[in-house]
Amino acid sequence: MLNISEIRKQFPILSRKVNGTDLVYFDNGATTQKPQVVIDVVNNYYANENSNVHRGVHFLSGLATDKFEATRDIIQQFIGAKHKHEIIFTKGTTDAINLVANGFRSLLNKGDEVIISELEHHSNIVPWQMCCDFTGATLKVIPLLDDGSLDMITFKKLLSENTKLVSVAHVSNALGTINPIEEIISNAHKVGAKVMIDGAQAASHIPLDMQKLGADLYCFSAHKMYGPTGVGVLYGTDEMLNALPPYQGGGEMIKEVSFEKTTYAELPHKFEAGTPNIAGVIAFKNAIEFITGLGVENIAKYEDELLQYATAEILKIEGVKIYGTSKNKSGIISFNIEGLHPYDIGVIVDKMGIAIRTGHHCAQPIMERFNIPGTARISVAVYNTKEEIDVCINAIKKAKMMLS
Amino acid sequence: MRTISEIQVEIIEDFGMFEDWMQKYEYLIDLGKELTPIDEKHKTEDNLIKGCQSRVWLHAEHIDGKIIYTANSDAIITKGIVAILISVLSGHTPSEIVNAKLDFINEIGLKEQLSPTRANGLVSMIKQMKIYALAYNN
Repeated sequence: MLNISEIRKQFPILSRKVNGTDLVYFDNGATTQKPQVVIDVVNNYYANENSNVHRGVHFLSGLATDKFEATRDIIQQFIGAKHKHEIIFTKGTTDAINLVANGFRSLLNKGDEVIISELEHHSNIVPWQMCCDFTGATLKVIPLLDDGSLDMITFKKLLSENTKLVSVAHVSNALGTINPIEEIISNAHKVGAKVMIDGAQAASHIPLDMQKLGADLYCFSAHKMYGPTGVGVLYGTDEMLNALPPYQGGGEMIKEVSFEKTTYAELPHKFEAGTPNIAGVIAFKNAIEFITGLGVENIAKYEDELLQYATAEILKIEGVKIYGTSKNKSGIISFNIEGLHPYDIGVIVDKMGIAIRTGHHCAQPIMERFNIPGTARISVAVYNTKEEIDVCINAIKKAKMMLS
Repeated sequence: MRTISEIQVEIIEDFGMFEDWMQKYEYLIDLGKELTPIDEKHKTEDNLIKGCQSRVWLHAEHIDGKIIYTANSDAIITKGIVAILISVLSGHTPSEIVNAKLDFINEIGLKEQLSPTRANGLVSMIKQMKIYALAYNN
């Protein structure tokens, strides 16, 4: 059993007021709040440790480098990667996908196919459109079923020897659907395709084991895992990452530079050009420790309780329709109320101190699929409570009364 | 016909009567409901201002030296603010509209609704209203 009130005490922002009332924060799908330890480590880094990594011979550079690399170690353990050099630091999930999509420009040819799905975030759509435009490869899309799950029968039909890559989300940010990625990976591998998983909405909610999962590439963002913004991870198998060319050129990523020929550094540095977000990477370790301290399984179980409770309560409001009703769901509820625009709901509940997300959630194809302008979205984190759900539901009811 | 400044003063007075945000937003919602909707034939793609969150349709006509605006939005709060903007600017000459300073926005505590980051289409709507006035100003 998690002690939620103790957990809440670690997040200073949760005791602030918004519009005169206690903040209720249900926009965790966009970004989670940060525990004090993460904030302290960022502060301490700039106060006492600031130095560039992997370069200097002096004391502080060594210290910063050790701490930076300690985060790589903990992430390797956290996701069950075989090698440390399979962990690449990026700016975030979007950056990681762009790194891979850019690399695939040299691996794809006309006639090759890339498969994504209808529920992807724009960041797992647009880079592949750009990659396909560049290479002449074709982009195929796994359609959605009415409950917001992937049409796996069609997916299997889309697979062929032309399929070179399948890139899908582990969890849909707009619907909460947990995709059957094990099945997707094993089917894609049968035709020789590589698989990339966008784990932005999964990594702090679902236990991960890369060696068991078998994904060729998997990425996620620190800021959705109680960590700092501007830090992400691209995991790739040694084989996959070695097959990809470097993304950005610059310092750190080279072995030798001359005007005639430059040779690239080994993994992971080959993909880490320039000075990274050192403070962010170092503090990400504390965010991971926060998660593992509670246990990802425990977090998942608690968040599922919140999801079930919130779903049952919200369905009691007349005219509510939830988008994303598949059996296997993460803590995201996307909904509309008949006759009301989600923007209006968001504005009114904000006045009552409640942060929910409204709009298309950077997933316009989903909105088109369901023929809606957008949804209102509640997304939970481990520090949320049933009491907060009650407050939120009451606010939604009040908004409905005002707007009807 | 009252001037744009006079209308703004009245709006500020109207909003001054509200004691809390709920009254203010209820008033906005009422204004939105009362807004004479844009003629369906003007609800075209060309007249659509796409916000990230809500959409606004704006149409302008030049009649007897004055600009008549009609508009609509799919979100009711946005529509309420659309109604206020129309009551301020519609029916004035192009030069009056071009030179109008919309001070009332800050005064009535709806700045957040009209900030560029809101992406509800309203900032673009004001800009578009001014552009129409500029076009007729020559």
